Amino acid sequence: MAKKIRILIAKPGLDGHDRGAKYIARALKDAGYEVIYTGIRQSPQAICKSAIQEDVDFVGLSLLSGAHNELFPEVVSLIRKEGGDNIIIFGGGVIPNDDISYLKKKGIEAIFTPGTPIKDVINFIEANKSRISH
Amino acid sequence: MTELNKITHSKQKWESEILKTTLERNPERKPDFSTSSWIPVERVSLPVLLSEEQYMAKLGFPGDYPFTRGVQPTMYRGRFWTMRQYAGFGTAEESNQRYKYLLSQGQTGLSVAFDLPTQIGYDSDDPMSIGEVGKVGVAIDSLKDMEMLFDGIPLDQVSTSMTINAPAAVLLALYIAVAEEQGISNDKIRGTIQNDILKEYIARGTYIFPPEPSLRLVTNIFEYCSKEIPRWNSISISGYHIREAGSTAVQEVAFTLANGIEYINAALQSGLDIDQFAGGLSFFFNAHNDLLEEVAKFRAARRIWAKIIKEKFKAKNPKSMMLRFHTQTGGSTLTAQQPDNNIVRVTIQTLAAVLGGTQSLHTNSRDEAMGLPTEDAVQIALRTQQIVAHESGVTNSVDPLAGSYFVESLTDKIEESVWRYINKIEQLGGMVRAIEAGYIQKEIQNAAYKYQQEVEKNERIIVGVNQFTSKNESMIEILRVDPALRKIQSEKLQKLKAERDNSQVKQLLIKLRDAARDEKVNLMPVILEAVKAYATLGEICGVLRKEFGEYQESVVL
Repeated sequence: MAKKIRILIAKPGLDGHDRGAKYIARALKDAGYEVIYTGIRQSPQAICKSAIQEDVDFVGLSLLSGAHNELFPEVVSLIRKEGGDNIIIFGGGVIPNDDISYLKKKGIEAIFTPGTPIKDVINFIEANKSRISH
Repeated sequence: MTELNKITHSKQKWESEILKTTLERNPERKPDFSTSSWIPVERVSLPVLLSEEQYMAKLGFPGDYPFTRGVQPTMYRGRFWTMRQYAGFGTAEESNQRYKYLLSQGQTGLSVAFDLPTQIGYDSDDPMSIGEVGKVGVAIDSLKDMEMLFDGIPLDQVSTSMTINAPAAVLLALYIAVAEEQGISNDKIRGTIQNDILKEYIARGTYIFPPEPSLRLVTNIFEYCSKEIPRWNSISISGYHIREAGSTAVQEVAFTLANGIEYINAALQSGLDIDQFAGGLSFFFNAHNDLLEEVAKFRAARRIWAKIIKEKFKAKNPKSMMLRFHTQTGGSTLTAQQPDNNIVRVTIQTLAAVLGGTQSLHTNSRDEAMGLPTEDAVQIALRTQQIVAHESGVTNSVDPLAGSYFVESLTDKIEESVWRYINKIEQLGGMVRAIEAGYIQKEIQNAAYKYQQEVEKNERIIVGVNQFTSKNESMIEILRVDPALRKIQSEKLQKLKAERDNSQVKQLLIKLRDAARDEKVNLMPVILEAVKAYATLGEICGVLRKEFGEYQESVVL
């Protein structure tokens, strides 16, 4: 049997808006994935550490305070530095359209903004799961 | 046969003779109807017939116990609610400009939004502040910033609300210090400090310390306000963020009032008398789209709180029993899709707050699902309040929906469900225990999950999101905060630390440390001394962090 896909849902930055992150975590769990949720106010270092230690395949970052341009790329570069080369990173939250192309350039492969149906997130995971090293 | 029995009998006749044929020809849209919070809604509500005695017990008159119909005898016939837009971003200079603009547009009170580092007690130059400085509010590191924030705004002419919780004592001290510099005496300043730490553990997330020392800080503020700044509301017990986290309307009221009970117990334990501080407690609720449910919610909240204060805590002063509240329209109801639709949502929510008898109101701007609001968007939001106030006519009669069969029955149903939660929380040992056990968080998450699943399955329609969507989304402009802000604030801090009397600051921080170790000492005066000597927010909170420790979230999924 294939190993279940493991996903870390993480909240970098200082905002406490975790409704979306918790919804995504629970909905992905219900969809059959293994999901770990970090809780709020995690530093990029702490998120990187969890991702490596938990040997996850995907990391989903949620941020609603506007600090995404600083913190999302920081998480990506730390994870790459720590050897998580194949970890696929996506994000969501209150992210203005204008920032999405910048974040994609920085290695956040998909951004899910408010109102995104959960099936879009699942489709993204399914479309990319062949890239993870099992 | 009683009058009610006669009406029930007539209703049965109507059902069999008239309704039945209609239903056979045209079935209803769905088998069951409910409010947005899943309270079942009957097709037609029956009259609630009350004796004089029942009327006085359940409704009474405005400005009189149990305050169901409002806390003032004349409500908006006397004066409108305070129109108070929550605002703040970037530096103190930029926010000061926005406040002056809002006041020039007819806003009647200020509401300060602080950035997250300020809310969590970090200076802008702290590594924890990276990316967050000035983003969701204004960055305040020291008295220097606070002086700038209120520059040219006489603090005896405005009432100011400050959304600050864990470091509430520090920001309140800063406000008092600025007022003193302006030559304004303590009895002239008016406003509200949020100071509601329990809902931070439940929903909002800007906690610092564990519950016990946090509750000490809360009650220190109660005591200080009641003695020194009598026109200041020492807390704003907030259901807003609980609702934003996905709770139902019933949970919003129940958990908020249960938090209120916990604060009162803490204050009584510290030796205060109920009538000494209960009049300074204020509340903060959300207004969502289900108009009549929201109106019923506000009315039920007032009635329940009055009963709690009178019957459970044996207060004597009617002012202690009044649930006075601020309202903000529901941020989570706004959509990033077709953002102009949000103006309409906010209008409905404004009506809900006003028909529910709010004392002040913030209306959200249409662009807030995407980022900080622009000046134009804020102006429309403020105009929405002004149109409801001056043009809609709903302000002319006090509690105009009273006596609506549906609204009264919904008010009763909400009250019953709220009591069930309050009793359950009491059984669990009070709110702190219920939070530590994860009970409250789990209840909210279950409601949030159920709601979102209904949206996913199109059982709940959100216009422009899962129905009536359009291909060409209008791009709208949002406000950008300068990413170099952390550097600017850090330079200000360096300059401050070079200029101030550092040995005095050091002494006062040691004094604060010692005061923190003695539970009997009220920390407010010590903090006030420290801020006046230009000790920074981060320094003061740093001392308290060391003494009190930090709260660790119990992650509940």
